[in-house]
Amino acid sequence: MASFAQLGNDLYTGRRQFDFVGKRRTWYIASIILMLIAAGGIFIKGLNLSLEFTGGSELRVPGVSNMDDYEQRTEDAITKAVGGESQLSVTQIGDNQVRIQTEQLGTGTPADTAKVRSELAKEFDVQRADVTSTFIGPSWGDTVTKQAILALLWFLALLSIVLALYFRTWTMAVAALVALAHDVFFTVGIYSLTGFEISPATMIGFLTILGYSIYDTVVVFDKVRENTHEAMSTGTRNFDQAANYAVNQTVVRSINTSVIALLPVAVVVFVGFVFLGPGTLLDLALSLFIGIAVGTFSSIFIATPLLCDLRRREPQMRELAKRAAAHQSSQKVAMAASGSRATPGEGVSGVVEPERAAKAAEVHRERASKRTTHPLARLDRDDS
Amino acid sequence: MSPSSKPGRKKARPKTTIVALLLIVGVLFGGIALTTMQSPAGQWTPKLGLDLEGGRQIVLEPQVGEDQEINSQQVEQAVSIIRRRVDGSGVAEAEVTTLGASNIVVAIPGEPSEDMLDSLSASSQLTFRPVIVEQQNQPVEITLPQPPEPPKASAKPSSSGSKATAKPSATAKSSATSSGARGTYPEAYPAAESPSPKPTKSSSSKAPAKSTTKPAADKPANPSDEKWAQEPVESLWVKAGVVEKGATYQELVGAYNCADTEHQQLSAAASPKAPTVMCDQQAQAKYIVGPVEVNGSMVEDASSGPETNQQGQQTGGTQINLEFDDQGKKAFGDMTTRLSKFPETQPQNKSAIIIDGQVLSALGTNDAITNGKAQITGSFTPKSGKVLAEQLKFGALPFSFEEQTNDQISPQLGQDQLRMGLIAGVIGLVLVIIYSLFQYRALGLVTVASLGIAGLLTYGTVTILGHLANFRLTMAGVTGLIVAIGVTADSFIVYFERVRDEVRSGRALRAAVETGWGRARRTIIISDVVNFIAAAVLYLLSESNVKAFAFTLGLSTLIDILVVMLFTHPALTLLARTKFFGGGHPWSGLDPERLGAKTATYAGRGRVTIADRQAAAAQEGTA
Repeated sequence: MASFAQLGNDLYTGRRQFDFVGKRRTWYIASIILMLIAAGGIFIKGLNLSLEFTGGSELRVPGVSNMDDYEQRTEDAITKAVGGESQLSVTQIGDNQVRIQTEQLGTGTPADTAKVRSELAKEFDVQRADVTSTFIGPSWGDTVTKQAILALLWFLALLSIVLALYFRTWTMAVAALVALAHDVFFTVGIYSLTGFEISPATMIGFLTILGYSIYDTVVVFDKVRENTHEAMSTGTRNFDQAANYAVNQTVVRSINTSVIALLPVAVVVFVGFVFLGPGTLLDLALSLFIGIAVGTFSSIFIATPLLCDLRRREPQMRELAKRAAAHQSSQKVAMAASGSRATPGEGVSGVVEPERAAKAAEVHRERASKRTTHPLARLDRDDS
Repeated sequence: MSPSSKPGRKKARPKTTIVALLLIVGVLFGGIALTTMQSPAGQWTPKLGLDLEGGRQIVLEPQVGEDQEINSQQVEQAVSIIRRRVDGSGVAEAEVTTLGASNIVVAIPGEPSEDMLDSLSASSQLTFRPVIVEQQNQPVEITLPQPPEPPKASAKPSSSGSKATAKPSATAKSSATSSGARGTYPEAYPAAESPSPKPTKSSSSKAPAKSTTKPAADKPANPSDEKWAQEPVESLWVKAGVVEKGATYQELVGAYNCADTEHQQLSAAASPKAPTVMCDQQAQAKYIVGPVEVNGSMVEDASSGPETNQQGQQTGGTQINLEFDDQGKKAFGDMTTRLSKFPETQPQNKSAIIIDGQVLSALGTNDAITNGKAQITGSFTPKSGKVLAEQLKFGALPFSFEEQTNDQISPQLGQDQLRMGLIAGVIGLVLVIIYSLFQYRALGLVTVASLGIAGLLTYGTVTILGHLANFRLTMAGVTGLIVAIGVTADSFIVYFERVRDEVRSGRALRAAVETGWGRARRTIIISDVVNFIAAAVLYLLSESNVKAFAFTLGLSTLIDILVVMLFTHPALTLLARTKFFGGGHPWSGLDPERLGAKTATYAGRGRVTIADRQAAAAQEGTA
């Protein structure tokens, strides 16, 4: 991991810098292409909505010791109990669980479900109490969706206010919200393309992604704000460079954070897939897994470049850009004379390595001393 | 220049802070110990939700008409009525809560009997409406819904195969025979002044309400007025597409289909101030009934008992005895006074006892009943009579309900999920620890210790909330906690990275910890605030499952702030004073050389060179 720490050092000192802001068109285009694919998935392929949205019944028989011919046996049991069911979907989950999904069981009454439960318990030789049954009315999904949308709107409204107040500019709130919309849309797109089932638990996951996406963006923006303050007082770099530097300085943190957030979630996804099958645990974890990964991407590649696009035209930032340009060109001349090679940090983030800065200062001093012979320079000194 | 914290900075007291935190943990667990000693309900483990413990959960949605508004008071009333019914059935630990604006969640541990569940979700919105028109239902529709099997206790009013909405009304379990819908109020109780000698014959009067083609200019005078039949129907019938706009109730009778559960729901949702059309439970007769005159909330007491005839002899049937409150007494008296004036042969002599858009029985009225007591004789079994009486006694729900979801979760599946969830959590935690140690060396141990403290606090809080606020840990909640591991760990990362940044800039470790903290604190707080807003919004606006998740997420955010403030930072401050960390040992995770600070030959304002700081650290380590 020494190299990783080294990368952190280099990013911090400016010896190595990624041009996140300057190459923003590339990220935008990449993102737009991905968005289009996602949109294609959503609008053409559609979403695989779970029973909670479509209505129907689900039964689960856990702890089955003999799984032989489980599909036929399930159908027989249901036929015996309520006289058959045409739209039956019987699947095996893990190595000992049978899941039955259907739009309607018998006449759709609790009594019929109870009969099916007993029959299934008998057929698969498990305790009746172990058989889980779920009945969901057709309008339940609407209720859930309505609530989720309401929660989403409130969250966005509150968040915009908090961010605008905290960062004292609306641009950061806008950039963060765009990144967030990107994350959600992208995540939903992945769900549509892979055909993963969307359940209410998945929707909780989506809502949490919002929180996480914003969280990640806020951490980066906080550094951007700090760097901007510094740039405003020293005038050594313009806003784009300050922002790019901030992303570079936080990129190690972003990676570490994402890895640490993803590790437990990944384990849950694994356990869920292998042992449990669809359910609250897996649904939540899967959406979080995708969302966290996408959220990290967007806070680096989308939110920050977008912020630069939004703020670059502010008079204050133009003023800063002029000052920075003047400073950097004079420094460049001095450094060119010192003879050391330029680092990428100078162009994209306005960071000059300490060694080079020291040499440049040296050159500067020499020149200044040479100038002492100039009559005007002497005049200057007399004045002061 | 001193490498230690700048003068003027508030003197940190890391030891005191950590002791304070340990005290909080102590108090928390002391509290749990106290609850276990004081009450048998107290326990050392968190209370589990239904999905982990096994049990039944039903979500009920109120059914109301278009022009009816549900207010929160009515929902609260419904919740308390259902709660009383659950308690009355002797189930311990059941919960009745609201979901969203108007839905109601009933959660019952274990495996409750279907009968009991039925009686809970049954709305039993009892009303008395005067009959205006009665007519035979067309035979074609009678044959439709009824399977040949004999009616049973849980027979559905209509099993015509329409959508799988288990009707709560099914539970008005008067598995009535065909005679059930007709009869009179038997004046059997001693208080009745004039014992009516002969019960009315059960003949339903035919050819009712010769369509009085009077212009409907003059409004109906009383609830029994035949003019109601000529009134235009309520908009809900038009919207549902049962009849055209402007149709009268007389026309609605023709269009009304007894076998259609949707029609029945519309009847149930009809305004109490307007007439409506409905059938009896056996779909043998259709009625136009007037506005509601007496409703279930006016019932003070209800009981069931053996049916007796005028001579006080038991007839073998079951009857329900109702006692009205003062308001009900007057309303019922007024109604029976008016109805008794109609000849027995007229349908207007009858009052319909209605539950959920169906006529339970339509009784002829011989005399005014002003003592506030009434008896309903239908063809109840002792059991169904008891269920209905209890429903009536424990209050009439302000509306009828439809089941939205009905989940029976087996305890085994819940335990499996919990076990797997915990295993996943532990593995995830171990991975996080390994990664932190890899990335941050000995500093990673601070992460581990912080996560440990956070874990203790969370466990304690969840457990004690289970006792104090009946908080139950569900699968969604467990997932929330697992997710929180990552979020919590991130606070430390933000902090450590900041400290490292400061070390890279050439600051001495003690100073780096302080400056790094000053900057990281801001970031940690704003990001936790964002997280907390997300959790709070989710918590306030969502239903039970999401709520549980949001709650644990919000809880762990708060605990995160607490731990970072009261443990991680003070611990790091203390460690910075040790030689191992302060000196930047290669394994400390803060080795300045590894962090590239050795190149810092150019030290800006307030920054010192490596040589300075190593010397200073060495000096302090020995001091």
